[in-house]
Amino acid sequence: MKDRLQSIGLPLLVAIVFVTGWHFAVKVTGSDIFPTPLMVVAGLVELAQKGVLVKYIVASLFRVTAGFLLAVFVGIPFGLLLGWFTPLTRAFNPAIQVLRPISPIAWIPVAILWFGVSDVAPIFLIFLASLFPITTAAMAAVQNIQLVYIRAARNFGITGLDLFRKVVFPAALPQILTGLRLALGVAWLVVVAAEMIAVNSGLGYLIIDARNAGKRYDLVVAGMVLIGLIGLGLDLLIRQMEKLDEVRWGLSR
Amino acid sequence: MAAPQDDTRSKIAVRSLWMTFQRKGDPAQPIHVLEDIHLDVRDGEFVCLVGPSGCGKSTLLNIAGGFLKATQGEILADGRPVLEPDPKRIFIFQENAVFPWLTVEENVGFGVKRETEADRKALVSHYIEMVGLTGFAKTHPRELSGGMRQRVEIARALAAEPDVLFMDEPFGALDYLTRLRLRHELIQIWQREKRTVLFVTHDVEEAVQLADRVVVMGRRPSRIRAIVPVDVPRPRDLDDPTCRMLRDEIFGVMGLDHQGQRVSGDSTGSIQLPPHLRK
Repeated sequence: MKDRLQSIGLPLLVAIVFVTGWHFAVKVTGSDIFPTPLMVVAGLVELAQKGVLVKYIVASLFRVTAGFLLAVFVGIPFGLLLGWFTPLTRAFNPAIQVLRPISPIAWIPVAILWFGVSDVAPIFLIFLASLFPITTAAMAAVQNIQLVYIRAARNFGITGLDLFRKVVFPAALPQILTGLRLALGVAWLVVVAAEMIAVNSGLGYLIIDARNAGKRYDLVVAGMVLIGLIGLGLDLLIRQMEKLDEVRWGLSR
Repeated sequence: MAAPQDDTRSKIAVRSLWMTFQRKGDPAQPIHVLEDIHLDVRDGEFVCLVGPSGCGKSTLLNIAGGFLKATQGEILADGRPVLEPDPKRIFIFQENAVFPWLTVEENVGFGVKRETEADRKALVSHYIEMVGLTGFAKTHPRELSGGMRQRVEIARALAAEPDVLFMDEPFGALDYLTRLRLRHELIQIWQREKRTVLFVTHDVEEAVQLADRVVVMGRRPSRIRAIVPVDVPRPRDLDDPTCRMLRDEIFGVMGLDHQGQRVSGDSTGSIQLPPHLRK
């Protein structure tokens, strides 16, 4: 009971102090441009009334989902294969380790060159951004599988694709899920950046458009708040998956 | 193909087996682990391998299980050379190889080779019951104690209906009381099921309590130093005078007294074995 009170009460207190401080800071400095919290809320209401709020959120979520799922379907099998076949690891890992530290943002000009100003460019960027953490996680997950599981499975006569399906994949799953969580976080960061440049809808576009078209900083901050809340929601969603019996054994420590 | 006659009678036959490991970074100094090992295990027999740690008893078991290749010599199972793991001979690991992503029931059913679903189910619940885990069928291993997990592994092995069980210090990671209990249960199960068991342990008392014959190995590079038959009816009381005598004899072969202290003669082969233990 006391724990529960603390885990809800304390963050709430911090939020109240923060919002109040923000409000008075704007008032004291007499800023014309930077909005108070109330103005941000009004901005959100305005966006909702204009009908763009839901539209932009859906646009951003669609791009993230498409790019992320594409990366899941490519990255997990690819990573599993890399982890399983050592020659493949040797062949591909250096290339992956060079490509990985390149920020997806750096790919924006290339994405526009290849795909133009369309939905494909941000989806490609999110795909790239998610692909490396997912592939690396799947690869490392396979390499970390305890040898006894593989030996036991082979002892029971399990080989080939069955070995992958029944043992390698489930054994790697907890670590893969950790990679997915990381990737989704990065994907959400990247979609906002991509939308600032490559398209004209979505939360990233909302922010850059509100600033360019009349310095509407109430809408800029409203967009930021939405991005934060939805990012939190996505993380909570993927954390729900961590409670499944299929992965909990490898995570609860 | 002039195989020695007893190869066909032995369930497991170890024939002039040598094992040498290449030391990483120092190929000039290979580690000789096993030297000219000969051993015959009869069908339905319970044989324990004991020896000081690092003596290669686990290596021998891993070669028998088909997980390692010997440098020289071979191991025959039912007269055929062991080349790879086989569901007819199931290995039980000290580290516990129960799959944590499957329930107890799914684990026990993993190696079951029965045609009908009803048959499978019956077999699975039979072995879950045999190891005393009734009521835990839907439980995941992480919710079980170490001893219970090892029971799941034994049930999973038995449910595959193998002829032979290779057990590599299966109770080594468990606490003392659990170990004692599982030994008793294992013997009861073995008496009912009559599979051939090759059991590695460093615990001499465990070996005396379990085995039909105790194979004593020496320090690396190890040979078999003695094979001690334990002709005592089960269940065995370790305080039974014969058991104590056998235990002390085995310690003697290993060059130790019953407190585990090194005694004269060491383990280099200079001690005189009693006549019935001489190889």
